[in-house]
Amino acid sequence: MSAHDHAGHDHAHGGAAHGSLKGYLIGFFLSVILTAIPFWLVMDGVIDNKQATAVIIMAFAAVQIVVHMIFFLHMNPASEGGWSMLALIFTVILVVIVLSGSLWVMYHLNANMMPGLHEMREMP
Amino acid sequence: MASTAITAGAEPVFHLEEEHAHAEGGSTMLGFWLYLMSDCLIFAMLFAAFGVLGGNYAAGPAPKDLFDLGLVAVNTTMLLLSSITYGFAMLTMDKGRVGATQSWLAVTMLFGLAFLSIELYEFAHMIHEGATPQRSAFLSSFFTLVGTHGLHVTFGIVWMVTLMVQVARHGLIEANRRRLMCLSMFWHFLDVVWIGVFTFVYLMGTLR
Repeated sequence: MSAHDHAGHDHAHGGAAHGSLKGYLIGFFLSVILTAIPFWLVMDGVIDNKQATAVIIMAFAAVQIVVHMIFFLHMNPASEGGWSMLALIFTVILVVIVLSGSLWVMYHLNANMMPGLHEMREMP
Repeated sequence: MASTAITAGAEPVFHLEEEHAHAEGGSTMLGFWLYLMSDCLIFAMLFAAFGVLGGNYAAGPAPKDLFDLGLVAVNTTMLLLSSITYGFAMLTMDKGRVGATQSWLAVTMLFGLAFLSIELYEFAHMIHEGATPQRSAFLSSFFTLVGTHGLHVTFGIVWMVTLMVQVARHGLIEANRRRLMCLSMFWHFLDVVWIGVFTFVYLMGTLR
């Protein structure tokens, strides 16, 4: 808290810096590249292996989300005294639990609870 | 930051940080950020539902038959452009230039409207082909997820028009700056959600 105003708070900055023209332009160009490559990979079928393509475009999405967070939403560990970063981390943890948990449980549910005709005949 | 005032003969008085008078709206940004995080959880649920149900076509149309990736790429470009123009609006707001801020907001709104129009065209096209939300679990979860995002964009545009009227009436006063910063976070957040949508729904749906 180096920039104290007369009220002894730095809330005038709101914790959300507005960024600079340079920051916005860097973020924009990175986003364009990070968007264009996944579309190109899928639309032109550059990689034969679909699994590999899926992993790569997910990685691009993850990087682009971080780019947007930094350059457009101006996230940094110090904003709002660290509380917004803490809320973000908490949310990310919940999102990971919800997504991975749902997909994992439902995948196994499908695998175990929907026997094909073959297995059904063998059942007592 | 607890400050201590000790005068002779008096008990030491402690002022905790919380006891200071807070400027109006001092906690708005954090509060709005918390709202966005809860909104993020709504989208996480919808993404999870789509992840689970996205392969259940009920012998109906699959993503490959329905999605036009070229159109989605144009749509993504619209949203990305609206993000950067909103950034320009914030930069001109910092300089206190009312006219330039209003112009950039108007440009952002046009890109937002273009995004919505393309999305509605896509929806109408799909429904016309019989791919209605009732057709299969895949389509139900698709329309819920993408429709919820579209609704957010719609409300963002309504909010933007409201703020443009506010700025026109009262200028770039402190309250309006704060509101514009909240909308900025909302708008950029929607772009972040869209990254998830085009990656998981459109691109990976086409790969399936």
